[in-house]
Amino acid sequence: MNQKKQNSSGVVPIMDGEAIHRVLRRIAHEIIERNPQLEKVVIAGIPSRGVEIARRIAAFIHEIEKIVIETGVIDVAMHRDDVGTRPELPVVRASKLPLSLEGRTVIIVDDVLYTGRTVRAALDAINSFGRPARIQLAVLVDRGHRELPIRPDYVGKNLPTAAAEKIRVQLKETDGVPDAVHLEKQ
Amino acid sequence: MTTRWTRKDLLGLRELSADEINLILDTADAFKQVGTREIKKVPALRGKTLVNFFVEPSTRTRTSFELAAFRLSADVINISTTSSSLTKGETLKDTARNLEALHADILVLRHSSAGAPQFLANRLRASVINAGDGAHEHPTQALLDLYTIREKREKIAGLHVAIIGDILFSRVARSNIFGLLKLGARVTLVGPSTLVPREFEKLGVDVSYKIDDVLPSADVVNLLRIQHERQRREYFPGIGEYVRLFGLTKERAKLLKPDCLIMHPGPINRGVEIDSDVADGLQSVILDQVTNGLAVRMAVLYLCGGIAT
Repeated sequence: MNQKKQNSSGVVPIMDGEAIHRVLRRIAHEIIERNPQLEKVVIAGIPSRGVEIARRIAAFIHEIEKIVIETGVIDVAMHRDDVGTRPELPVVRASKLPLSLEGRTVIIVDDVLYTGRTVRAALDAINSFGRPARIQLAVLVDRGHRELPIRPDYVGKNLPTAAAEKIRVQLKETDGVPDAVHLEKQ
Repeated sequence: MTTRWTRKDLLGLRELSADEINLILDTADAFKQVGTREIKKVPALRGKTLVNFFVEPSTRTRTSFELAAFRLSADVINISTTSSSLTKGETLKDTARNLEALHADILVLRHSSAGAPQFLANRLRASVINAGDGAHEHPTQALLDLYTIREKREKIAGLHVAIIGDILFSRVARSNIFGLLKLGARVTLVGPSTLVPREFEKLGVDVSYKIDDVLPSADVVNLLRIQHERQRREYFPGIGEYVRLFGLTKERAKLLKPDCLIMHPGPINRGVEIDSDVADGLQSVILDQVTNGLAVRMAVLYLCGGIAT
């Protein structure tokens, strides 16, 4: 199922829908294991795919522990450190986090962890909402090449890549095609 | 939404497409949320310098732009006409060039001459935002009006909007007309014939001199401020007559549909264009307009000021 088979256009399938399903369920179990007080946890995704992944993880936790865990959205576009250097402005969306973060654990969720700058922007965004007790990070794929001292707490798949390669994540709800993770070689 | 913002300036709504207007409104949604955070600041325009250059004075609009800039982490300088070198005879172009030499990134300009923002936008590298030029346009006011309508009624297409008062001298009216028509609303202008010429029908709006005929079918009523002194002298006999014929009194307000929105760009003349109780009533969204003005201006500054030059 996960054999790396390269087709002529240089696109390598890394994960299929079932693999994504299994790793997210495993991450849900890990979150339950490391957070004895689940009612204090907020699972906040970074748009667009992070939000869908956060929703799925919350659904798994509900399935396993029968508790409804709070979810949120962290828009990082307005917190990026490269505004004014890109030819295209990132689309900004409204963030949604609980009014009080006091004593809570915020778990940031994104699809791919790469340089770490998006997560840095997410930390900045959370900071303007308040001061949570803890912040953790869950990602579907960690492709290496960190430019900042940022590390994930929960990882779906570790995938060492070359800088020139691209990781493409597709989710049914955000992309309209079956779930998949692909590696595009240049 | 795949529309990209590519303009360095915001001079008016006439030249914007419906998609561009919707992009600004969508962006304002995101920035409205910032006002509810504990720390109402995002670093989007950190290190950028914004100059509020108000040759025609204003406290409300200037304060709104100032606050919007602070929330985006920009640095703000305020220049008003009395304190500026314009009184010493320096031309507008030279004053602006001097500001640019100080590396101002965004210039928010209010001027009594129509076209002044365009004039500067063509000559400066900085982004120029029109905060009102003569009787020409006041794009951010119309944008916040559109945002407020969209927020309360979810869409603008198909709504009937009545704009009431001094249309002739109103840049707010003009910008609103352009924006509303582009987004598919039906617009009726109402006021004394001296202040609402039939000529305006050429823009694609209706004109009426009988407010009671228009109110029952209006989904939104936007009341414009009556500028007492000049108008009383020249355009209608007196405030009393204006109130009797065109004021939104308590009795007239009963003609409105229950979900009709009552809007006013401010500052309101209680008892003139609008009855005091009506201004504070349930249908009035006047204070929402102020809050939304901040979000809309943050969106405009972000879009115009954030593009790589």
